Order: sequence, then structure tokens, then C-alpha cells
Amino acid sequence: MSTFLELDHVTKTFGSEGMFGNGQVTVAVDDVSLSIDEDEASITTVAGESGSGKTTLSRLLLGSHVPSDGRMLYRGKDFTKLTSRERRNFRREIQPIFQDPFESYNPFYKVDHVLDAPIKNFKLASSNREKKRMIEDALEMVGLLPGETLGRFPHQLSGGQRQRIMVARALLLKPRVILADEPVSMVDASLRATILDSIRRLNRDLGISVVYVTHDLTTAYQISDNLMIMYRGAVVEAGTVDEVIPNPQHPYTKLLIESIPQPDPKNRWGSEPPQQNWDTSDTDIAGCRFADRCPAVMDNCRTTVPAQYLINEHQMTRCFLHEEKGVMENPDITSTFQTESETIKAVPADMSI
Amino acid sequence: MVQPTIEETRLSTEQAIQTYRTGARITDVDALVVDGFSVYYETDSGTVKACDDVTFTLKQGERFALVGESGSGKTTLAMGLMRLTRPPGHIASGSAILNGRDLTTLSDEEMRKTRLSELALVPQGAMNSLNPVMRIGRQIIDGILDHVDEDDKSPTKDELDETVRDLLTRVGLRPGVARLFPHELSGGMKQRVAMAIGISLRPRLIVADEPTSALDVVVQRQIMQTLGRLQEGLDASIMLVGHDMGLVAQFADTIGVMYAGKLVEIGPVEEVFSDPKHPYTKLLIRSLPSLQEKREFLGIPGLPPQLIDLPVGCAFADRCPSVFAKCREVTPQTQDLGGRRETACHLYDEEAKS
Amino acid sequence: MTESVTTPDAINPAESGGWSQFNEERLTPMKKYALRNPSLIVGLSMLFGMLFLVGVGHLVWDTEQFRPLSAPTRLAPTLSHELRDGTTGAFPFGTDTQGRDLLAVAILGTPLTLRVGLIAGAVAIGLGTVAAFLAAYYRGFVDAAIRSVVDVGLAMPALLILILVRINIGRELSIDEIGIAIGLTSWVFPARTIRSQVLVMREQTYVELSRLSGTSGMGIIFKEMMPNLIPYITASLVGSVAGAILASIGLEAIGLGNFSEPTLGMTIYWNIQFSSITLGMWWWWLPPLAAIVIVFVSLFLISSGLDEWSNPRLRKRV
Repeated sequence: MSTFLELDHVTKTFGSEGMFGNGQVTVAVDDVSLSIDEDEASITTVAGESGSGKTTLSRLLLGSHVPSDGRMLYRGKDFTKLTSRERRNFRREIQPIFQDPFESYNPFYKVDHVLDAPIKNFKLASSNREKKRMIEDALEMVGLLPGETLGRFPHQLSGGQRQRIMVARALLLKPRVILADEPVSMVDASLRATILDSIRRLNRDLGISVVYVTHDLTTAYQISDNLMIMYRGAVVEAGTVDEVIPNPQHPYTKLLIESIPQPDPKNRWGSEPPQQNWDTSDTDIAGCRFADRCPAVMDNCRTTVPAQYLINEHQMTRCFLHEEKGVMENPDITSTFQTESETIKAVPADMSI
Repeated sequence: MVQPTIEETRLSTEQAIQTYRTGARITDVDALVVDGFSVYYETDSGTVKACDDVTFTLKQGERFALVGESGSGKTTLAMGLMRLTRPPGHIASGSAILNGRDLTTLSDEEMRKTRLSELALVPQGAMNSLNPVMRIGRQIIDGILDHVDEDDKSPTKDELDETVRDLLTRVGLRPGVARLFPHELSGGMKQRVAMAIGISLRPRLIVADEPTSALDVVVQRQIMQTLGRLQEGLDASIMLVGHDMGLVAQFADTIGVMYAGKLVEIGPVEEVFSDPKHPYTKLLIRSLPSLQEKREFLGIPGLPPQLIDLPVGCAFADRCPSVFAKCREVTPQTQDLGGRRETACHLYDEEAKS
Repeated sequence: MTESVTTPDAINPAESGGWSQFNEERLTPMKKYALRNPSLIVGLSMLFGMLFLVGVGHLVWDTEQFRPLSAPTRLAPTLSHELRDGTTGAFPFGTDTQGRDLLAVAILGTPLTLRVGLIAGAVAIGLGTVAAFLAAYYRGFVDAAIRSVVDVGLAMPALLILILVRINIGRELSIDEIGIAIGLTSWVFPARTIRSQVLVMREQTYVELSRLSGTSGMGIIFKEMMPNLIPYITASLVGSVAGAILASIGLEAIGLGNFSEPTLGMTIYWNIQFSSITLGMWWWWLPPLAAIVIVFVSLFLISSGLDEWSNPRLRKRV
């Protein structure tokens, strides 16, 4: 078991105080420790609303942002001290799939461009023949026919096809981790299934770990093994989906799950929940960030930041309601996650693809 | 940034519970009768039948949801009913009678007055339609003054301020929001302001085109619940246009499913979800992921047809699992299946006759 | 839905591309598009119409007569004038007080002035584009340095710098040197506008994706960003040419041009020197003025036409 990427008490803030800053500091990611394992491929969902810090976290993992505090380790080595060769390897080994499949394409080129570029830049193929074969294999892997997709401009393909080409592009680079940032939120519901399915296939068949960033807990429940819920920069709850979704422990997770518009007219929403208060700046809040919306708020919630309490082996939460369960010894939230070997045992045979 | 305090919001929550009685608000009065409504686009390469021969009736107080994939014509239909179709699109045929008047025959000036006063639009991304350099209160007042008839005496400043306060409170915002600029508000708050502008003239029908598509689930739920509450206060009807089946299930009374420009199924939302008739609706509902059980994702195989070159017969034939010979020869007509349920599918030819 | 219908893909150059099938995928739609963009067509026809007439003039007229004393002085336009040697000469545009044939001046001056404009425009856009890409792509110190130069440059009137340069050099500058000098003083404005375009573009998802595909900085600039900026840069070029022509005319009209070249600006300078208006010699000042107006109107039309082409938001919906 070896760690591919590790965040060690990472905090990311934007804006600055002092003479030149506007005094508004946004804590986008607040003291998060996690690790992505290389050998145990799993699908982990990072869920939260806009402003929760999930996109910042994904940019940290991609190396596009640098932590303001804490360390990021790539194969055990501090990210800021990587050689250019190691950095290049890192670039190849973690690949993104972005939200808007149309914007991922340069409108000037045919879709082939996004597939050619990585092969050329990382010298993955020794001949044009090999390149062609690699591209065709990758497209077939995500369920596309090369003849129907290559040689076309992005606007000539459907949203689902465009996004699956993006999955194929990531695949070409043989990454260890794929970071999918809201990959289906701009795609029609009927096409979502095929994209999520191709992502799941990468994980199961090729052993690639997937970080699935989303606000949609329904698809997260369907495809992922593990889940972390973020609220205003903090991971408020984490664990396996099979623990967290049926038994959410943090009041915010409960609100989030309750608010999902379930496609069942017999099971409608309850009363209107209170609105989020953006009035307070992140640095003003002394205690739990959710305190002012929380139906179960207590006095110490407003003054003290809750620690990570371990509910059970596979679930942790940052909420004082569970203080008696005791603080997690290992700050790494991914220590509550289910490993791949366990997943296979847990899933009945007819579920696997 | 100013926000309603929790106490204020809680108050409105209680009101919401009081008025949240499904079904009780639907009356037997026809609010909008759409008959054979078609919107075509003339392009260099031919006529695009973006919305073709759509017929439905919306009762006063009813929440009607129009769903379909992008390109199915749901937005075209909504914009066509508002007479906001841009050239080369045009209303090719049909009528849309709102409270006794045919919208398709009104003059542009009459239509302008009808919009907002009887018919309000909460457009897609409404929060981005606010004027960034104008205070919220001013924008709401402008909308009202714009529709005051010249012979009527215009309302006094105090009356207007009172109206703005009332509107903001109704959409769940603090009256102080009137003094703010759009950039000082969050996305959900801006959407609420857009709704306040929409209902400022007490419309009889609210057309909401994907009103929450860019918003988070919790905010989305708050907005939809506010919309429902407003509707009951106004005794209005709602036409919700969207692709989120979950939202429709949560909100609507009646659902209309569009495919390739045609309305393929209409019915009460609970019945359509539990017993869909048209094969497209069946696949659509089956493809929805659920929180109750983990299962394989089932998409709908194939792609919707190009509207410019529709095949003879049923447009869904190529993707339909229950396709038979007649589907490729005869275009199915909408058939009444009883119990306010209708569908355009040859599978029910026999059933409809009997 | 309505989007793809109201804007047929064919007319959207931002959505097609690649040089390979340029002809079938771009040229045909471009022709179709041109019909819907009349300002581009009118502007181009005005400019090329004038250049065509100039070309014909070069072929059929003795342009050597632009030199002083090659014709009788102060002749109103005439088609037959008896010369001293007894022959008759035709002077359809008349002559000036120093005996230049003004038709020859018009034939030579118009392309000379355009040439100054083109040289200056090309220098300005070239420098501006390089500076803009360096600043916007690499940000940080490079950006700060280039930005301060640009800000200072924008605050100083270019004509003033040109006057100082000309006086300090102390000799007459050739036409090309004037063009280069003007270009060197006017790259700051295109640098600023192109920089802002690049800044927007570098935040595009496809640029970030290309970086994650291992494309180098230069690769991103030339392969990902440049092709999409070509329409915009072309439009800026036209604007710069017009600005440079204005600057060159200004410089020449105050007597800092090249006295041996009959450019439009120098013709205006002579007009001023010999008070053509008080002398009632309308044929002297009218042709250069008309040429300048035609050049400016056509460049303006081309520039706004290109602007509409490069900026999809301005593009008219069909």
C-alpha cells in the first residue's frame, strides 16, 4: 500500500488582510487531511454546495493551487520541492474531467486535437499508427465509435459524446487518478448514465482512482465508494457512502440529503429550510460554520471548532452532537474509507460490470 | 451582505406549511388553453419544427411541468406562448387562450401589457438579468411603472415603497434588500428578486423556465418552495419548464413530457411517475438515479432526431424498445386514456378506442 | 435548441477551424456570412475600388509630373491647355502654385499614405501582440513591467513623441522610417486590448486542459490561443492602420514629413503653406481630402465589420 497523493492539514485562503488586502479572507479549504492511495483504486465523492470549497480542493489536488498552510505530498515528497521531471510525471498521473464538456475544447480544432496533444506532448506513441490505435482503443473503452467521433468539430457532437471523449483523453495518459469535477451537471439526464458508467468502468477495469466532485448526492451514491461532505471549507462528514447516505450524522448532511429533489411525487420536501448566512466572514466565525443554520445548535458550537469525531469505523463527523464518540486519532479523513478489497466483498456479484 | 434573520425566515416557513396543501388550490377554471400550437424556424436548410402541434389545458391554480431533453422544444414552447420567439422562428399555427383572450392574435402593444400583468416569466438564469448598476428596489418599481396605464393615476412613492417591501417579504427577503445592488446578493437571493419582479403585477400565470438550474440543492428547494407559496398567495397557475425530473416530482401537479417538438404524454404527476405510458417516459423515469437503492445506470440508447429531418411516423421509433411497423408509417396522435391522462403512442390505439 | 437554429453553425467561424479543410469548411460559409455583414463588404469595395483606380492611373498617366515645375502653375482642372512649346496638355485635376500635376500627386500620394499606415500598423500590432501575450500569459513581473510601459505610453500623446524624435534626428525621414516611428509609438493601445483578450482566454477550460496535457507555454500561446485571436488581431490591425495614417498626416501637415514625397499629408502641408483656400484653388485641397475621407470611411467600415466577425456577441442573429 503506497500513498500517491497526501494532503496534510492543508488550508487554502483567498484574499488578504492588512494594508493592501480588502480585509475579506475566504477560507476555501480549512484544515483538510486526506490521502489518495495508489494500489487501492476507489471512487471518492467530494460533495458540497457552491462555496463549499470542493472546487478549490480539486484544484489543489491538480496542482493548480498551492496550499496556504499545510503540506501536499506527492509519493511522499513535498509538492513544492519536486524536480521538473517529477512534476511532469505528476501532471500526467492525475487527469481532470471538467464540468462543461464544450468549453474543454478549443473551438478552432476538431475533437482529435485534445486526443493528439497529450500523446504528442508526453511522447506516448512512437508512430502515427500506434497513436491512431491508442486513440481508437480509448474511444472504444468509453463506448464511442471512432468513425462517428473523430474528424468532427466539438459543436457537431452531443454533450454526452463530448464528455466521453474527455474521459477517453484522460484514459490515454494512463493516469493513477482521475479528478472529475461535476462531469455530468451540464449534460442531459438521459446521457448522464453513459458518462458515469464510463467513469466507473475506468475505476473497476483499469484500477484508476476517481475523485468525483459534485453537488449531486444521488449520482454520488450510485457510483462512489466513499464520500466527504464539505461546508464552507471544512469537511463536516466523511465515510463510506453506505454509512453516510442512509445515516447522515451532521445536521448539514441531513439538510443536504433531505433537499435532494427525489423523483418520487409521494415523497415530497418538508418545510422550507433556513437560508445560508453569508453575512459573517469566514474569519469571524469562532466555532462551527454551520451553527447559524443548524436546527440543533448548542452554546459551544458558536465558540469552539468541533474536532473530527469517529462515529464508527467507516464514518466521521465534525459535530459536537457526537463528541462522546471521541476524536479520531488519525487526522486523515480517508482512514474511514473503504478500501477496494472490502468493496469487492461488499458488492454482490451481479452489481459488477 | 444583508440576509433575513433566521427568525424572519422561520416565520415564512410556518406560513409555507399552512399553505402547502397539494391539490386544494386547483380549480376547475381553465387558465390557459393551448391548441395545436406550433413554432417553426425557417433556416437555409429547411423548416425546423421546434414545437409541433402542442395541445394542453392548464387549470387555474395548477402547477404544470413541461419536461424534456435539451432540444425537445420545451423552452421554444414557453417562449412561443410568451410571444418572445425570435426570428427566424415564428408561431406557425395554433392558439393559446389565456383567461379568454387568444395570445397569438394580440397586437404587440397588448401583448407587452399582458406580459407581467397576466403572464409573468421567470427566465432561465433570471438572476443574471438584473441591471448591475441599479438598486434592487428601483428595478422592482420600474417593472411596475412600466405597466401602469397612462390614464391610471400613477402610484405614489410611499405606495411603491410599500409594494416593494411587501414583494421582498413575500419572496423571503428582508425589505432592506431594496437598497442593495445585485452584486451584493447571492445567486439564490437574486433569483428571489427576479421572482419578486415577476409577480409584482399579480400575474395569473407564472412561466418559470429552469428557475433553479444553476443553484445548489438546498437553495433550489428554498426557491421552489417560495415559488409555490407565492403561487398560492396569488391564486395563480404555474408552468414549470425544466429537465430535472426530481424537481418536477417534488413540485408539479401535472406533467407534460416533450420529445422532438411534440408533447408525447400528459398526466397527473403521481400517476405518470408510478405508471408511465409512453415508452420515452418509461425510459426517462427508469434512468433516474435513486437514493433508495444502488443499481445499474440505465440511459436511453441513441440520440434524439434532428428536428429538421424528422422521420415519417413516430419520432421516438428509432430508440423505442417496443417499436412496431405502424410506428414508422403513421405519426401517432394524442389519445385520451381517461383520468386526465393522454399519450401519443400507437401502443394505446386499442385502449383509446374502447 | 433555439441557439443552434438561430445561429447556423456555418456562419460561426469561432466554432469551426483547422487549416486543413479551410476551403470547404470556412470559405463557403464566409461568403455566406459576408452577405450578412454589409459594412465589411462596402468597406472593402471602397478601399479596393480606390486602389484599382490608382493602379489604372499608374498605367495610363505620367506620374513623374508630381515634381514641382513640371507643369504650368495654378491651372484649374482642364482637359486641353496650350503649353509654351505649342502642344496641348491635359490636367484633369489642375496644377498647384508650384507647377505639380495634381492628378499625378493623387495617383502617387494615396498608396504612399496607405503604405505608411500599413507599415506603422504592422509594427504596432506585431509589438503589441508580443507584449500582450508575454504580459498576459506569464503574468507577475513581466506583466507589471509591460503594463507600466503601456500605461505611461498611453498617457503621452504619440504625436508629441514623434515631433521630438523628428527634431532630434534632425534630418528628413523616409516614408518607411516615418511608418516605423509611428508604429513604435502606437503599439501600446493594441497591447492593452489584446492583453485583456488573452487574459480572458487563458482562463478558458481548454487552455487549462491543454496545460494539463503537457503543452508548453509557447505551444499554448501559438496553438491554442493565437488561432482564436486572429480575427480580433486583424480587426485591431485595421484600426491601427487608420490611426497611423492620421498620425502621419498630422506629422506631415505641420511640416515634419518628407518634402520630396507627394503623400496626402504633404499635399495638405503645401495647401496650408500657399493658402489654397484663400486663393480659391478648390481643386488643390479637394482631392487629398476626398482620398483621406474615403480611406478612413472604408477602414472604419472594415474594422467594424471585422469586429462583428471576431466578436460573436455583436454578430447579428439571422
